[in-house]
Amino acid sequence: MKTSLKTLASSIVALGAAAGITLGAVGFAQADDPVKAAFVYVGPVSDHGWSYAHDQARLALEEELGAEVETTFLESVPEGADAVRAFERLARTGHDIIFATSFGYMESVQEVSERFPDVKFEHATGYLSGDNFANYNGHFYEGRYVLGKIAGMETETNTIGYIASYAIPEVISGINAFMLGAQSVNPDVEVKIIWVNTWYDPPREGEAANALVDQGADILVQHTDSTAQLQVAQERGVRGFGNDSDMGAFAPEAQLTAIVNNWTPYYVERVSAIAEGTWETGSAMGSMENGMVQMAPFANMSDETKAVAEETMAGIIAGDIHPFAGPIFNQEGELIVADGEVAPLDMILSMNFYIQGIDDAYPN
Amino acid sequence: MPLELVKRDAPSQTMVVAAPFMALGLTILTAGITFAFMGLNPIEGLYEYFVAPLTELWSIHELLLKAGPLILIALGLSVCYRANIWNIGAEGQFTMGAIFGAIPPILFPDWTSWITLPMMLIMGMVGGALYASIPAFLKVKFRANEILTSLMLVYIALLILDYLVRGPWRDPGGFNFPESRNFSDEQSLATFEGSRLHWGIVLSFLAVPIMWFVMSRTLAGHAFKVIGEAPRAARFAGFSAKTLTYGALMFSGALAGLAGIMEVAGPIGELRPTISPGYGFTAIIVAFLGRLNPWGILFAGLLLSLSFLGGEAAQITLGLSDKMARVIQGLLLFFVLGCDTLIRYRVRLARPAQAKADTASTPEPVTREATDAA
Amino acid sequence: MLLEGILITIVGAATPIVLAAIGELVVERSGVLNLGVEGMMIMGAVVGFGVSLTTGNPYLGVVAGAFAGVGMALLFGFFTIYLASNQVATGLALTLLGLGLAGLIGESFVGTPGIKLEPITIPLLSTIPFIGPALFDRDILVYASFVIVAGVSYGLFKTRAGLILRATGENAEAAHALGRDVRRIRMAAVAFGGLCAGLGGAYLSLVLTAQWTEGMSAGRGWIALAIVVFATWLPWRALAGAYLFGGVIILQLHAQAFGIRIPPQAMTMLPYLATIIALVILSRNHALMRRNTPAALGRAFVPDR
Repeated sequence: MKTSLKTLASSIVALGAAAGITLGAVGFAQADDPVKAAFVYVGPVSDHGWSYAHDQARLALEEELGAEVETTFLESVPEGADAVRAFERLARTGHDIIFATSFGYMESVQEVSERFPDVKFEHATGYLSGDNFANYNGHFYEGRYVLGKIAGMETETNTIGYIASYAIPEVISGINAFMLGAQSVNPDVEVKIIWVNTWYDPPREGEAANALVDQGADILVQHTDSTAQLQVAQERGVRGFGNDSDMGAFAPEAQLTAIVNNWTPYYVERVSAIAEGTWETGSAMGSMENGMVQMAPFANMSDETKAVAEETMAGIIAGDIHPFAGPIFNQEGELIVADGEVAPLDMILSMNFYIQGIDDAYPN
Repeated sequence: MPLELVKRDAPSQTMVVAAPFMALGLTILTAGITFAFMGLNPIEGLYEYFVAPLTELWSIHELLLKAGPLILIALGLSVCYRANIWNIGAEGQFTMGAIFGAIPPILFPDWTSWITLPMMLIMGMVGGALYASIPAFLKVKFRANEILTSLMLVYIALLILDYLVRGPWRDPGGFNFPESRNFSDEQSLATFEGSRLHWGIVLSFLAVPIMWFVMSRTLAGHAFKVIGEAPRAARFAGFSAKTLTYGALMFSGALAGLAGIMEVAGPIGELRPTISPGYGFTAIIVAFLGRLNPWGILFAGLLLSLSFLGGEAAQITLGLSDKMARVIQGLLLFFVLGCDTLIRYRVRLARPAQAKADTASTPEPVTREATDAA
Repeated sequence: MLLEGILITIVGAATPIVLAAIGELVVERSGVLNLGVEGMMIMGAVVGFGVSLTTGNPYLGVVAGAFAGVGMALLFGFFTIYLASNQVATGLALTLLGLGLAGLIGESFVGTPGIKLEPITIPLLSTIPFIGPALFDRDILVYASFVIVAGVSYGLFKTRAGLILRATGENAEAAHALGRDVRRIRMAAVAFGGLCAGLGGAYLSLVLTAQWTEGMSAGRGWIALAIVVFATWLPWRALAGAYLFGGVIILQLHAQAFGIRIPPQAMTMLPYLATIIALVILSRNHALMRRNTPAALGRAFVPDR
């Protein structure tokens, strides 16, 4: 068994090398061959949230590059041992580039990328990388800062309801950025947080939304994936924000705006790089400036708020406004980021404290 | 309905052999029709599902890797089900085994002696067995229904794992992401060169002949079978319902726990919020598909993992939905259960008039009062 | 106001469980254990949603959801009652099949907002403080859940048909000897269980969240099964159990919003722990359990000509 495996492995390497040489030799003659790109989603593409946003980008990629690209996807791939098999299968079936779109795939991607040096791997929201293994993420907290400004100005009860999934740095930094934005326009604003301990369970998210409204929240924010809470907002006559994609169709009178994860430019760039042979590993950080973090149209708010929101966006894009600009204090009142400085990226990406003004105990 | 079952004098030996193949045939037929209905070439679809995964060496490795935990858990469950104890909480016992087994590498990361790994495996079994002893205790002490308690305990175990990896057991060097530290080589199951197959899988497959030997060739195994089929006789033989309940549940919990720690110390290599794609639930199907027989379970485990792999391949090559795999698995189980009826009964169309007198009950050996009024 | 709001959401969270549980209660009273409630529910949810979307009429959706549940139940019934296959395993197969099939059917409905079942306000009653808005300003399925529970309670214990049903669940052989068609009675009970589970599913996709999402039943079918045992097979107790359960779910959310901070995992665990504790407490009462447990539950019956 061992020998046959070795033979197999070496023949694969040889094949890969041969393919590489051919590609190198023929160069642009190969341009007609479409790049085969694969996408692996942790949830169903139907979640209308995280996985949906990635799949929308996949479709847009096909649209944009036309015959230059061929895409496949695997949905609802559980993290763990099954993920490795999924990546391996994609690598073996001639895919040139594989996008792994969940944090939990990180170790699996690393493992498979080492075994398939000729296939390029791209992992979303992680921190590991390798020669043929890049990672990418978005500064989504920039969007949350804008949401905070809007909520701070639009709330009448000064109570915001926040539905959060899990206490990971991305969610924590999102809550902090949101509150920094809200506090900047409304010093009296308070936030009530419910941890639903899931990314995606529409009925439970809806129940949490109802509970928050019953407790006086008139603006709902979510860091979960479904549209349920916006539907509740619409029913209950309050307003809220969508997450990951424009959810306006589900709540036309309630959605103020939504953070839209626009992965399309990144996917187009990376797939084109494969076609041109210029792909390089790295850590890409999408932002408002380069279009990965977008906002759905501002609606259901006063003109004044809308102006502030647009101004804030423009400021972030121009680099004049940074959500985590000092002075920032933690809940104990200690100065975390000094006046005139901005929080280093490392701190934001591994954030594990609440800022002052969040009247709630830090989870875990 | 003009359908009538006539009990055979003795279980039909022909049918014992033929029924699984009939069921498989019916499944393939139904799946083929469904493919055609969806506008696909049925032959192509069936090929992708049931044949293509077997045409490549790496894919066969993956098949074994996926089947290992399913078979190991199902072997344990079969003991429970034979004793008419309905443990459907194997997923929780699997998780608890992983948690217990991960105590050495996470709390004592520097302890890397040769005994670390065996210790982890033993602790995994202990964790699974202890967790399964909870429904056993509730059943013995309070007569609480184990179907429901073991199921509720699944959700609780998953949440405990979630709490641990997001809280106290989080990797201090992992940027506050929900993962434990990675296990070192001494804390992991060695793999065969060039594949992901590890020694745990060998262990899982070895468990099949061992179980067969114990169940069919030893006195203890024989006694156990008798217990399930005739509880009263068992009581005369000195086995109490209490011992039986604890024994069966804790044995199946131990095997599920072993599967759990082997998955974590094998292909995953760390503790994380999700460690199982539903092995514990799928294993219930494997146990029934294999008719609670070790060799049958071996076959069923391989068949079911084949359908998982095939479903994945069909998503890529044919663009077929991943839900199709679940539909096929559900159908397969239905047909197996239906066809097994033919072992004990002949089916025939009923005559219109029926005598109403002289009736007799024919309780199933593999059913019982779910509520245990005994 | 807060209390009223809490009551309203508790009723919402409890209703799908009430519906599924009351159906399963009747099934189990006839001596059949159907573990496929989850599969029937999810089919009710997807078919109900699909029909309401395509016809534009959510009431047709409700009817279709109920029929979907019945269809699944008949499949289960054919195997377990007419082919005498193992009830536990067949129930699990039904859940598996239902989840897969619903996912397949629902693929095209994804990302489409649905039509919500509008509340029907009952005059006078709906103005009662606190409970009025929670109980009498609701959609038709909430009212249906009350009517069905009352009907089952009356039917089981006050009518001849109920007596026959219970006799079948107590001792199928004796019922058969008395000339009852045990299999047909059980089939009818199983179909009724499917109908109720289908309605419960439709409530998820037509009221609770007017959308279709894969796996949206999220374990509620299993909770319904637990409620039946918890209720010791008594209809009103099943209603109370489901409301208690809904209460635990909703109150833990409110506790969080009030800033009571224990690990969220512990909060999420609460309903499952509560179910186990409730089961234990009730199971201790042997006399009560023995009086109400259908003695033939889970045992196949094959008439010997």
